Amino acid sequence: MAVASGEQGVTSGSATEAAKPVVIEAIGVEKKFGANKVLRGVSLAAREGEVVSIVGASGSGKSTLLRCFPLLEIPDAGDVAIAGEVLALVERGGRRLPRDIGQVQRVRSELGFVFQSFNLWPHRTVLGNVVEAPVHVQKRPRAECVAEAEALLEKVGLADKRDAWPAQLSGGQQQRAAIARALAMRPKALLFDEPTSALDPELVGEVLRVIRGLAEEGRTMLIVTHEMSFAAEVSTRAVFLDAGIVGEEGPPEQIFRHPQTDRCRAFVSRHLARG
Amino acid sequence: MGNALRLVGFGPTGWGGTLLEGAAMTLALSVCAYLLGLAIGALCAWGRLSGGRAVRAMIDVYTTVLRGVPDLLVIYLFYFGGGQMIGAIAHLFGATGFFGLNGFMVGTIAIGLVTGAYQTEVLRGGYLAIPRGEIEAARAIGMGRLLMLRRIIAPRALRFALPGMGNVWQQVLKESALVSVTGLAELMRQVNVASGSTQLPFDFTIAGFALYLALTTVSGGVFMGVERRVAHGERMARKQRA
Repeated sequence: MAVASGEQGVTSGSATEAAKPVVIEAIGVEKKFGANKVLRGVSLAAREGEVVSIVGASGSGKSTLLRCFPLLEIPDAGDVAIAGEVLALVERGGRRLPRDIGQVQRVRSELGFVFQSFNLWPHRTVLGNVVEAPVHVQKRPRAECVAEAEALLEKVGLADKRDAWPAQLSGGQQQRAAIARALAMRPKALLFDEPTSALDPELVGEVLRVIRGLAEEGRTMLIVTHEMSFAAEVSTRAVFLDAGIVGEEGPPEQIFRHPQTDRCRAFVSRHLARG
Repeated sequence: MGNALRLVGFGPTGWGGTLLEGAAMTLALSVCAYLLGLAIGALCAWGRLSGGRAVRAMIDVYTTVLRGVPDLLVIYLFYFGGGQMIGAIAHLFGATGFFGLNGFMVGTIAIGLVTGAYQTEVLRGGYLAIPRGEIEAARAIGMGRLLMLRRIIAPRALRFALPGMGNVWQQVLKESALVSVTGLAELMRQVNVASGSTQLPFDFTIAGFALYLALTTVSGGVFMGVERRVAHGERMARKQRA
């Protein structure tokens, strides 16, 4: 498999990161579904080149938080900001809505979102999936998009699947195609929502290899995952989400090896023991 | 028997040409009614999926009523009822006599309205069958509503709606026979006329059978072809697994 491994490995020293601009940020985000308060005021930021893994028990709000960034869920309170630009929300009829759907669409196109269930479009080939949004959303010349898409498919190891249909691919291949689709938008940040949770165990490795390659390129990424040892290895910072708040946050050595809080320690020992 | 063949056939005294013209009229009427029904169905499906409460209630009434009464009654309503209304209005202005309406137009509107009600449900079902994740992926990548409708929702909904749309088409073809009550020279009407004139109802009814069957079979094949095309990706995958 041809995963480009960037030369400029990520330096996780906090001194260099502090100087870099914040690419993606949540500010006091709250979200409830019915009576269930899933997020109770979460603030979180990733600077350029940071790989932030978000871990926590099921129901701790990890996926909901991630889905708030492109406003796939609209926070009940708090804001999200991409590259310093706050996505404006307004109250209307007791509901919070985007003030300018054009702004939301533009910002969404600047983020790459990778879903747990891949969500490729079955009526387009693999290449068709990858060039769809660059051609129709970004309105870039088709020839240029195709060339770039082919390079991306090469990078995720799917060059020979260019003309295949999504239904012809394995889960791991579909997820790698979905990653290529996200990359084709030249995103400012990549958001992974449990990218390997829907995969058969033997297919997890190929997807993690691709994500690791992207981390080594110095891309800004938020990764919600249950793969604790993978998170410990690739992330520059880890966030432990606990019942809708940030329970603990720090370098991966701290979160995964020497947690400071009891709840984080209990969570990590429960999960690392399994892995 | 030889006489019957001559009468059903295309000779100078044969009814073959007349029957074919009737079949062409049936096809033209069906296509127009189907397209009208498709337009109505698409609008109503959209209204039911994203309209306000009042819009949804109105569409509910429409689909309930039009699916709940005999189609023949709807044709009567427009043809005779419509003629009566126009006559009444004309009388106010001093005109007298019977006002007949154009059978083709009445047929198109009546059948279009009836099948539009069915088509609403077919298209709505097609939309609802799209896995939500596919739409979410389109939203997440920055597509606007119209772009998403054109590139993702319409082709995907079509894929799920096509079998039902094919059914509605067959229904339209057969219901077009009811429009013969307006005197429109479509296939059913011509079969009747020919049967009466020649006193050979059996032969002409069989000829009508054959022509309707030819229309439904050929057009059914067209729908199957489109269905296969639209589901191409999944078909390839099935073949590969087999």
